[in-house]
Amino acid sequence: MSEQQAEHSEDRAAARDATNWAKDVSRLNVGEVPEGAINLNVEGRRLTSPIQGFGKMWQKTYQVRLPVDRVSAADLIATWKQNFPDFWPEGNHFYGSITGIEPGDVALLNMTMPGKMKLSTGVMVLYADEESFTLMTPQGHMFAGWITFSATEAEGETVAQAQVLMRASDPIFELGLTFGGHKQEDRFWQHTLGAVAAEFGRPDAEVDTQVVCVDKKRQWSKWRNVWHSSAIRSTIYMLGAPVRGIRRLFA
Amino acid sequence: MPDAATSLNVRAALDGVRVIDIKGDITAASEDVLMDAYGRASESGARVITLNFTDLDYMNSGGIGLLVTLLVRAQRNRQQMLAYGLSEHYRQIFELTRLDEAVGIHDTEADALAAAGGS
Repeated sequence: MSEQQAEHSEDRAAARDATNWAKDVSRLNVGEVPEGAINLNVEGRRLTSPIQGFGKMWQKTYQVRLPVDRVSAADLIATWKQNFPDFWPEGNHFYGSITGIEPGDVALLNMTMPGKMKLSTGVMVLYADEESFTLMTPQGHMFAGWITFSATEAEGETVAQAQVLMRASDPIFELGLTFGGHKQEDRFWQHTLGAVAAEFGRPDAEVDTQVVCVDKKRQWSKWRNVWHSSAIRSTIYMLGAPVRGIRRLFA
Repeated sequence: MPDAATSLNVRAALDGVRVIDIKGDITAASEDVLMDAYGRASESGARVITLNFTDLDYMNSGGIGLLVTLLVRAQRNRQQMLAYGLSEHYRQIFELTRLDEAVGIHDTEADALAAAGGS
C-alpha cells in the first residue's frame, strides 16, 4: 500500500470512528421529553458497563433467521433503527429520537414489570452503523451493560440478533432476575425478534436463545448501586402521584 | 472462524508479562483469534496481560464487548490487564464505556511495562 493510500485508509477509519460512536459524556443529559414519557432516573446519571454491575455476568443471544431475498442485513437494520419502539411488547415504551437511532441519543424507557409495577429508566445509543447498533444503560437501570442489535448475511439467510452483555445493577435487581426476571427478559427479546421477523413476512419464525454465564461471581463491592435503583425510585415516584395531583389542584 | 481483518501476535516482554499486539479490526468476529491469543499469553502463567493497540485500525461495540469478556477471564485468573497505544478516540471510548476503571491505560509500552513491573 502506498503512503497516500495508507493515509486515505486512515482518514476513512477516523471518519467511521467519529460517525459511529457516541461522543464521550460523563453524565447523561435528557433533551426534550416526549409527551406522555416519564423522565426519571436518567438525567445526570453515569453510564454503566458490566464492570460496574453487581450480579453474575451474562451474555444472552437471541437470533431469528430470514431469507436474504426477503431482506438484506443493511435494510433490516435500517428498518429496526427507524421503528425500534414498534417491535417492543405492549406496555413497554421507548421514547427515543423521532429520526431513529443515532450515536449519543438518550432515550427514556417506561417499562411494565411483574405485578404491573412501572419502572422508568433510560439508555444511550453507544454505537450505530449500517450493520449494528448498541444501547448502553445508566446507573439505576435493572442491569449494567449493553445490548447490541445486529444483522448478518450467511448461506442465503439474514440473521437478526440481539445480544445482551450484563450484570444486574444491584442486589435487589439480582434477586428479581434470579426469581423470574431472566425469563421475563428472555420473553421480551424473543417477542421483539419475532416482531422484527413478522415485519418481513415471517411471523412464525423461530427465535433461538442462547444464554451463557460469563462470570458466576457477584461483585459485592458494588452493592451500593442500590442507591440509584430505578425500581425503588420509580415506586416512590408512583406512590407520590396522589400528592402531586393535589398540589396541582391548588397551584 | 478466523477473522482475516485481525492479526494478533503474542510475545513475552518481562518475566510474567505478555504483550498481545493487535493489528487490524476488533469486532465481534474477532472472538476466536482474541481468545486464542489470550490462551497463548496465559500458557506460561502470565500475571500481567498487556494489549498493544498501536496498530488497531477499527473497533466497534462488539469489539468492546469482547474486551469486557477478556477482562473477566483475566480477573478470574488473577491477572492484571493493561493497554497502551490507544488513539485519543479509543481512549475516550474506554472512558465512555468505563473500561478504563478496570484496565490500566498507558501511552507507551515502556510505561505499561514499568507499571507491570511495579505491580
